[in-house]
Amino acid sequence: MTQWSGYLGLILQGALVTIELTLMGSVLALVMAFLAGMGRVSRLFIVRALATTYIEFFRGTSIFVQLFWAYFVLPFAGLSLTPLQAGVLALGLNVGAYAAEVVRGAILSIGREQYEACTALNLGRWQGMRHVILPQALLVMLPTFGNNAIELLKATSVVSLISLADLTFQAQVVRSQTGSTLMPFVSVLVIYFVLALVISWGIRSLERRMARGLDGVRV
Amino acid sequence: MEWDWNFVREIVPTLIQGVKITILATVLGSILAAIVGLAIALARRSPNRAVSRSVGWFAEFIRGTPLLVQLYFIFYVLPDIGILLPPLVAGVIGLGLHYGTYTAEVYRAGIDNVPRGQWEAAKACNLSGRHTWTHVILPQAIPPMIPALANYFIAMFKETPLLSAITVLELMNQAKSVANTYYRYIEPMTLVGAFFLVISLCSVVLLRWLEHRYGRIER
Repeated sequence: MTQWSGYLGLILQGALVTIELTLMGSVLALVMAFLAGMGRVSRLFIVRALATTYIEFFRGTSIFVQLFWAYFVLPFAGLSLTPLQAGVLALGLNVGAYAAEVVRGAILSIGREQYEACTALNLGRWQGMRHVILPQALLVMLPTFGNNAIELLKATSVVSLISLADLTFQAQVVRSQTGSTLMPFVSVLVIYFVLALVISWGIRSLERRMARGLDGVRV
Repeated sequence: MEWDWNFVREIVPTLIQGVKITILATVLGSILAAIVGLAIALARRSPNRAVSRSVGWFAEFIRGTPLLVQLYFIFYVLPDIGILLPPLVAGVIGLGLHYGTYTAEVYRAGIDNVPRGQWEAAKACNLSGRHTWTHVILPQAIPPMIPALANYFIAMFKETPLLSAITVLELMNQAKSVANTYYRYIEPMTLVGAFFLVISLCSVVLLRWLEHRYGRIER
């Protein structure tokens, strides 16, 4: 009972690693999502094919296998990654593939008349995308991005298996040191849940901010 | 290090042992998830506010926390209160419970999609509550959900490697033990990845067929 505050400190350290992983993974996932999602609606066949291959590959194999592959197989190809790098890489690429479909869906959900308006205003393809389509599509993507971010947060627990000291890993450490099972696992579950709540709350307030000035444009 | 086909031939029988367990866990987990999901969906519609609220929160909590930690919880905490489970059973319970909270949303949407007139007709025919569910509502609600349910079962299949963390000897664990014995990671890890990729590419075809067969609601 007396040392639990010390062990709680250990778990909070793990929480920091988990948060760090989630943030970095999300950034990579966001970049990959836009690259692949916009690649899938490209006019060039080769770009479409590349984007589709990436998406199908990373959605088709599980995150767990990708992580192990990045951590154990890449060193043989001469590319050694630290657990953190491997974790961010696998998480970002995996969730990015799922989010790419969200980007594609949102871009396609924008009505034809918007594209026609771009043509009528003599905007280039990129200009139209940047100033007309994406600002509207972003709002459609946001709620699903929030879900993806929560999926990413949950997936970070897997990196404990390649010995990165995240929340799950620290729970195991506390379990093996104290022999107590209920305290570490319950506190870790609660922390994950609180982090998930924070993400969904953050996305909701971001959505409200971005919807400002778009009233009446979309429902 | 080079790809070695002889080594591949040597390890395939071991990996197939793992595939059997992976498939067994997926099938059992899917059955459990289908049942748990229905139970949660029904409980959330309960007129008793205490029941529907607490089940709702419970489902929300399970969905917001990582499967890996839940597996640890089932595997390490339950024995302390006298429930000793074999690893595979613990894994199936974890998978079923976790995905049950996802399938519950599918059931909810499916049940909400049954038109009000059907409820009123059941009442007009003087059917009891149980008969209304089993003879009127569920037979109409379930077929359109099948593609969405299958989607989650495929997602579950891709999460089965997590069971290796609680010592279930499924595909990933067999691959890891092979890799650790011979210190060759390329072949086993790549084979596992390829296996998952092939299955999920096949499942895309299956899903498309299911959507064609069941996805449309006939009115």
